[in-house]
Amino acid sequence: MERISSPQALDQYRSEIIQKRDPDQPCITVCTGTGCHASGCHQVVEAFKKVLSDHPEGRRVNLRMTGCHGFCEKGPLVVLHPNKILYQKVKPENCQEIFEETILKGKIIESLLYAHPATGQKITHEDDVPFYKRQMRIIFGNNGSIDPTSIDDYIAVGGYRALPKALLTMSPEAIIQEVKEANLRGRGGGGFPAGVKWESCRKAHGETKYVICNADEGDPGAYMDRSLLEGNPHSVLEGMIIGAYGIGAHEGYVYVRNEYPLAVINIGIAIQQARERGLLGKDILGSGFDFDVRISRGGGAFVCGESSALVASVAGDVGEPRAKHIHLVESGLRDRPTNLNNVETWANVPVIILNGAKWYARIGTEGSKGTKIFSLVGKVNNTGLVEVPMGITLREIVYDIGGGIPGRKRFKAVQTGGPSGGCIPESLIDLPVDFDRLTEAGSMMGSGGMIVMDESTCMVDVAKYFMNFLKDESCGKCTSCREGTKRMHEILTDISEGRGTIDQINLLEELGWATAEASLCQLGGTAPNPVLSTLRYFRNEYEEHILNKRCSAKVCRSLLKYRVLSEVCKMCGACAKACPSEAISGKRKTKKVEGIPFTIDSEKCIRCGMCFESCKFDAIEVQ
Amino acid sequence: MNPSEIDAIVERYEGKESAILAILQDIQAKEKYLPKEALEHLGQRLQIPLNKIYRIATFYRAFSLTPRGRHEIHVCLGTACHVRGAQRIVDQVTMELRVRPGETTKDRNFTLGTVNCLGVCAAGPIIAIDGEYFGNMSPIKVEGVLKKFQPGQSDKKEASNGKN
Amino acid sequence: MIPFVIDGQPVEGKEGSNVLQVALDAGIEIPNLCYNESVKPYGACRLCLVEVVSRGRSRMTASCTYPVQPDIEVHTKTEKVLRARRMMIELILAMCPGDKRIQEMAKEMGVQEVRFKKEDKDCILCGLCARVCDEVVGAHAIQFASRGDKRDMTPPFGGEATSCIACGACVVVCPVDVIRMEDKVDERTILRWKRTIKMKKCKVCGNFFAPWFQVEKFREKANLSKDFFDVCYTCRS
Repeated sequence: MERISSPQALDQYRSEIIQKRDPDQPCITVCTGTGCHASGCHQVVEAFKKVLSDHPEGRRVNLRMTGCHGFCEKGPLVVLHPNKILYQKVKPENCQEIFEETILKGKIIESLLYAHPATGQKITHEDDVPFYKRQMRIIFGNNGSIDPTSIDDYIAVGGYRALPKALLTMSPEAIIQEVKEANLRGRGGGGFPAGVKWESCRKAHGETKYVICNADEGDPGAYMDRSLLEGNPHSVLEGMIIGAYGIGAHEGYVYVRNEYPLAVINIGIAIQQARERGLLGKDILGSGFDFDVRISRGGGAFVCGESSALVASVAGDVGEPRAKHIHLVESGLRDRPTNLNNVETWANVPVIILNGAKWYARIGTEGSKGTKIFSLVGKVNNTGLVEVPMGITLREIVYDIGGGIPGRKRFKAVQTGGPSGGCIPESLIDLPVDFDRLTEAGSMMGSGGMIVMDESTCMVDVAKYFMNFLKDESCGKCTSCREGTKRMHEILTDISEGRGTIDQINLLEELGWATAEASLCQLGGTAPNPVLSTLRYFRNEYEEHILNKRCSAKVCRSLLKYRVLSEVCKMCGACAKACPSEAISGKRKTKKVEGIPFTIDSEKCIRCGMCFESCKFDAIEVQ
Repeated sequence: MNPSEIDAIVERYEGKESAILAILQDIQAKEKYLPKEALEHLGQRLQIPLNKIYRIATFYRAFSLTPRGRHEIHVCLGTACHVRGAQRIVDQVTMELRVRPGETTKDRNFTLGTVNCLGVCAAGPIIAIDGEYFGNMSPIKVEGVLKKFQPGQSDKKEASNGKN
Repeated sequence: MIPFVIDGQPVEGKEGSNVLQVALDAGIEIPNLCYNESVKPYGACRLCLVEVVSRGRSRMTASCTYPVQPDIEVHTKTEKVLRARRMMIELILAMCPGDKRIQEMAKEMGVQEVRFKKEDKDCILCGLCARVCDEVVGAHAIQFASRGDKRDMTPPFGGEATSCIACGACVVVCPVDVIRMEDKVDERTILRWKRTIKMKKCKVCGNFFAPWFQVEKFREKANLSKDFFDVCYTCRS
């Protein structure tokens, strides 16, 4: 493969690629992100391949497998170019029809179109679907147009245009200044101004410096970084090269968590291809700047998302954080100045350099510029990844883009910031999404996980869930974090199992305060947030669990009582059959036998809920 | 695993001590766990004391010091799945297989584990078995899913998987 | 020397040293468990918490891992600091209710009761034993394993610490005295690590000075006379 050795050669190469591609040529793009993978997108791809190879007309149709489109709820997703017709929940058996009707004859298959949940109206074009329309996909948008394993695709849509501009027409200081003016704040959760960090790293003593991409996305329920790395790895690489140039680093690492095998593969392919083309390595595009990147895999530890733990892990040790009185930008990996940024932060860099800080700063709020990708999940209709300008309200995200709560249940809260964050209640649903506003409300932006909760979510249970997560993930070094999370979990377990006492609430608050103050790193430092924020807005639920031994959301099993409604019971016996602890007795009604309504022995009942699930007549009541 | 195989893996990473995590992952991928002898040899080869290797091997969740089962079950306990009732799925699997998360069944067929987010939140709750995803799970569906991987059934599965 | 202030008192410390050491040297008491001058500061127990005011900002931090810097103000006994320390000792006491030293420290710090379910542990996970074994002795016999609430101090794979040379350094350094050593005839046992080694005894002073197997190995390798190591290094000189 030929090396591209100058910006002119790159432009030339880009034109050649574009010239070879007919914009009117029909192209079928199938989303092959991990979410759609779970819904069977690969069978859909195989089906298309077969249809196209069987049919003589099939030869002039392009089939492209892309990364995650973001509309995960409706996967497998197929978008037909050039008209951008969106088909959702596509099955392999639909592929023949799609080819024959839509591609060959231009006819739309109504049953595969997205339907507006309120009006039922069918929407044909991807851009008109409210889920997409309300978003601002300046970072994520290309996921739908490119095959992540093709550097040519990335170049064709305008990728690697920021790189020559940065390396050949801007000085490193100018680059840092641009990023500072754009006020790009870290997208991994810290929200620290990237440009300021870069500047400190540049100024730090030492010839050898490192840049690292933190792809250890550990917040449960957040998968934005994964989809970016899987779907558009070059955008991250381009950002890293530019950043490295600004800082004066010649070596970089992408630290990917162990649980993302596809991301590891795709970023590996991207690095390989970039090297072959000369976009990584020596004298990039004739600029005289050398830079290369290596992949470092995590081993399965949430704490490795913390910068000093990550660096320890890259160096081949356990992910135990260290006190950061001396910052990583002064002394990090191998005691050298190290600049660490999140995947999404790096992906913002080419966009800023290409369009300028002024353009970028027009998006968002005073303190939070640009867009943010969120994973909108939980009790929401349109589960998926959404990219929105900072300042948009939670209401717009949950209702306009997310389509509201399924099953007509009532909205209760949105949890943001993962285990370091908190819950935002309905009273604050018009809160603009912005680093500082979220922190004021007792939560934080975090990496972008946004979990929607409804009336059937128990907030005590949510706090307990997060404490359980944190006590497992704590590295265990600090007394405050290791014992603090353990004891908070213990108290929450007591409360959720009916053994709570009212002074335990004060103890939780005190313990939470001490854990946050005394811990070395931000795992411990933010560990109490889920507890403290749920106490702040949902104290009544805690009190109900303690004083009334009741869980209104019907989640905390020890506080539930399962009962058969004898008037409704059809005596089919399904519940008794499903019960693992033989707690249900009664007599099945048959043609010959009368039958006796079933009853549940609450002593034997283990509250697994199997009877409730197996009853087809809604005869089981849960209190 | 014989010492020369381990040396070959070490060579792949240029014998660098800092690549210990990747080396352990490669050994784990091949052996389905980290045998004690392998770690002892690795320590000598890389000049890393065994106490450090053991510490690393027990710190990270990717590694297992006991042989894992033929099929690895991962129940997603991400927040979105949790809110949709993932804990009941774990409990149901525990009841069916009589093993708790982290344990392997006596017949070595299954190892049960939980994962903190598979990133398939749209179809939660999710179980992944050997990388195959089963979405929209409920406790009642568990038995059926597990049946597909029982000895005998799984041989048929592996034959058909060859086509994919 | 770097000048700064602790509790209003001017002090100074060498570059690279930590606030705790400077405080202790100046006679200012700060409780601590996982600190020992012979090894690098670790910052695990969180008892040595202080408030440091630097460049206008105040933060709570462990003094053992805070490097001395010019013009910082360190406060070792504010209400906030004392409250945090009390919670730390209460948590440790809840973990190891039987440890005499912890009981004493708790009493001194004003902790009357333990509001958590008491566990049955003895090790406070300060790491001093492993740190000394790694950094000073170089035997690398024990280390932390697992993480979070499963964190534990153990020889690799549990069982006997096969790299232990029974030097007894861990016994000496353990702040809660839970690593015990027994000498019987010419054998020493470090009970916690299930390690029993035949020791070489000095004919002059009568002390055990090295494991027999090590001494023998070296003697053979260096081709020395059979009685070369009958007298320990100290007595020989």
